[in-house]
Amino acid sequence: MEIDLSQFSQVFFEESLEGLDAMESELLNLDVNKPDEEAINTIFRAAHSIKGGSATFGFSQVANYTHLLETLLDEIRDGRRQMTSEHQDMLLLSVDLLRNMFDALMRKIDFDDPLLAQLEKQFTIEIDKGTKGSVSEELDSSSDTLAEQETPGLLRWVIDFQAGIDILRCGNDPYLMFNELRQLGELSVCLAGHSSPEFNDIDPEACYLNWQLELITDQPLERLKEVFEWVEDECTINYSSSPVINDNTEQDDELSNRDPAEAASSQEQQGSEAVQRELESNKVDEAQGPKPKAVSQAKTPETSSIRVSIDKIDLLINMVGELVITQAMLGQIGQQDKIDEESLISLKQGLEQLATHTRDLQESVMQIRMLPISFAFNRFPRLVRDIGQQLGKKVNLVLKGEDTELDKTVMEKIVDPMVHLVRNSLDHGLETPEERLAKGKSEAGTITLNAFHQGGSIIIEIIDDGAGLDTDRILRKAREKGLVGQEEELSTEAIHKLIFKPGFSTADAVSDLSGRGVGMDVVRRNINELNGSIELKSSQDKGSRFTIRLPLTLAILDGQLVRVGKHIYVVPLVSIHESLQVEPSKINRLSDGHELIQLRNEYLPVIKVYQEFCHTSDAKEIKDGLVMVVDSNNEKIGLLVDELLSQQQVVIKSLEDNYNRVPGVSGATILGDGTVALIIDVTGLVSMAGIASMKEDAA
Amino acid sequence: MTEQTQSMQPQYEQGIKQDNDEDSQQYLTFIMANEEYGVEILSVQEIRGWESTTVIPNAPSHVKGVINLRGTIVPIIDLRQRFGIEVLDYGATTVVIVVKVAMANEHKVIGIVVDAVSDVFSVNNDDVRDAPNFGEDTDLSFIKGLTNAGEKMVILLDINRLLGSEILPEAEQLSNLINTLDARQQQAVNA
Repeated sequence: MEIDLSQFSQVFFEESLEGLDAMESELLNLDVNKPDEEAINTIFRAAHSIKGGSATFGFSQVANYTHLLETLLDEIRDGRRQMTSEHQDMLLLSVDLLRNMFDALMRKIDFDDPLLAQLEKQFTIEIDKGTKGSVSEELDSSSDTLAEQETPGLLRWVIDFQAGIDILRCGNDPYLMFNELRQLGELSVCLAGHSSPEFNDIDPEACYLNWQLELITDQPLERLKEVFEWVEDECTINYSSSPVINDNTEQDDELSNRDPAEAASSQEQQGSEAVQRELESNKVDEAQGPKPKAVSQAKTPETSSIRVSIDKIDLLINMVGELVITQAMLGQIGQQDKIDEESLISLKQGLEQLATHTRDLQESVMQIRMLPISFAFNRFPRLVRDIGQQLGKKVNLVLKGEDTELDKTVMEKIVDPMVHLVRNSLDHGLETPEERLAKGKSEAGTITLNAFHQGGSIIIEIIDDGAGLDTDRILRKAREKGLVGQEEELSTEAIHKLIFKPGFSTADAVSDLSGRGVGMDVVRRNINELNGSIELKSSQDKGSRFTIRLPLTLAILDGQLVRVGKHIYVVPLVSIHESLQVEPSKINRLSDGHELIQLRNEYLPVIKVYQEFCHTSDAKEIKDGLVMVVDSNNEKIGLLVDELLSQQQVVIKSLEDNYNRVPGVSGATILGDGTVALIIDVTGLVSMAGIASMKEDAA
Repeated sequence: MTEQTQSMQPQYEQGIKQDNDEDSQQYLTFIMANEEYGVEILSVQEIRGWESTTVIPNAPSHVKGVINLRGTIVPIIDLRQRFGIEVLDYGATTVVIVVKVAMANEHKVIGIVVDAVSDVFSVNNDDVRDAPNFGEDTDLSFIKGLTNAGEKMVILLDINRLLGSEILPEAEQLSNLINTLDARQQQAVNA
């Protein structure tokens, strides 16, 4: 019976990519001089299961390649070979290569990369020059070559298959495996024994049987093992082989019994020993299994599905249970013909309970979307290592607050800006080892990624101890580009803000790392789109610190309700500095009709919301209404509104789902009375009002 | 498209037959400025009375705003304004027909304001005639065809084309079209 394996291949890809992630992170953490046994095991296991899986699915390219990896890793694991940084590099490159291979497989295209052949060669050379004289290594390879050499000749394999009591419960069927073996050659199956209990105690789902299989085949051991690939963890399987001297199989049975192994070349006997040895080492490896496996599962790559911990689901189910009870209670009151005082009290209680449960339920549902930020942080060790090597800089990467949880959507969108900032820190921030030593700093620079919660926001910091921003150079560049007047003097903070200007780059030469057309302005725009903000602190020769502040989720925001005419709008609370009534004396009108207000020692442009949105309002002039000072791209802007209403958390609904994107509006929400209120997109409103160009004109 | 040789008169009787075989589709008809229009009933999600909307800033005038439809934000479009027909105040019979519009590979839920709903009836596909050709300048692809329900002519609208994109004839062209259609209808009745 043929099983269509392709239906499982997606799962295999996901698992393999997870395996590669685990491999990568272990490799990066690995101290080459003192490799951690556990780490090597994890790496080996990842390679091993990728090999097994890809062979099962018929991805021979991957299988062949991972076999090389596995061989090398096996030797390292057994202490027959010393891990070197060269190996580490090769293995890291292999991780990349395998990712590309899987990518090609997933997209069902041919994979063709010269790197593959190159690395294959490198591995083969490396394995060949391995410590000769080590018996088992030769045996290990001999079991392979043996099978290949013997291709025309047949081998008799005796397989002791102790299925284990749970094999059927796990959905495996020995019958199917035997059938698969049957396709490889001539198979005879014998019951080798059973452990059945008394009839009454028999568990129909348990398997009490053991088998001895004899297979005469020209297939290599690898192929045989593939059949048991899925069950090798639960079952005990022993393989032994002897050559088939006579083609007549009937005689052969007796012959092989009488004909001792000596008759065969001793090599083959050793071959089976090697197999045994490998099996044993596998067993050891399984024994150490659970812990590293758990680690590798925690590091799931970002796919469109989420793995949610059972705890969160349990909580949710409990909550729904409570809700059902409350509903029953309210339903009972509803059935009464008359509501007396007593039932009124219980009605109120019920409604209060309902409110609590709804809030809890909402929170738990939001929790499902929350993932630890380590998902985003995980990619940085590799990035830092590679770029550091490329630039000849020594870097320590410190990750803090990896458990801080963040909405999945926010996480996906924040990674790119973070990558850019880290690249920047490496490229522009950190000095070369020589420069650092000259400055009296340690040779290796440090980049710290730090995440923590503050209020309803998450803060992500990217800190380096490099040179800091070169204010003189930035100012010079800005003057060259005409962003700052020749005579104009700016405060240090104002100079730092310049790097967020569109088209501004401090890099003198366009390098591979920077100057890809993605500037800090894009970083800031991406963060603003998430309703977040970015700040920069930097001091010469001490380093820089970028602070990104983001809302925890894109689904809910803290909003300030404001009234303009008869319309109610929501302004995200994070972008509001203050609100004030402005005295007529503090209002200045520019010649082009724009108005500025004086706030302490700053002049802020004011946007009249009703004008931009083309409807009426009570307060047509600044002096009649309230000015709400908001932050847009790190600039303060005033918004003229009629009245401030309450502050509340609002659930963000998309306008684009059923309508279009509306300039100046980032979404909608539903208020307590069921009506819709629009959420103001401050940055969009500012660009609608053309304030940016106005400021430049004024300057 | 039916064969032109068939006469129009007996067709409407077949047109209103209530059976539901594969060749016929059910339509919800509504009235606007004395014309009767039909939309496929399967695209109709619900019918609601007029309620006040939240105005979208700087939206075209036919977009009356958005409403909260059990947690979904649904835009409301005034079909009179969309067609460029004279605007009336909303009255007791004014209804919002909430329709599901198939876009590229998603659905949008949109409400359309019409004067009143009229009827539901099955139309045999054979009884749907193409709209008359007005030349290449006039895009009438939002009209699926014409059919008769009793004395009245019904303009069957392709809701996906009507609301899914911005193609709409100019108001003048549309009133030309309706006048022509009426004239032909009259001829057919008189004949």
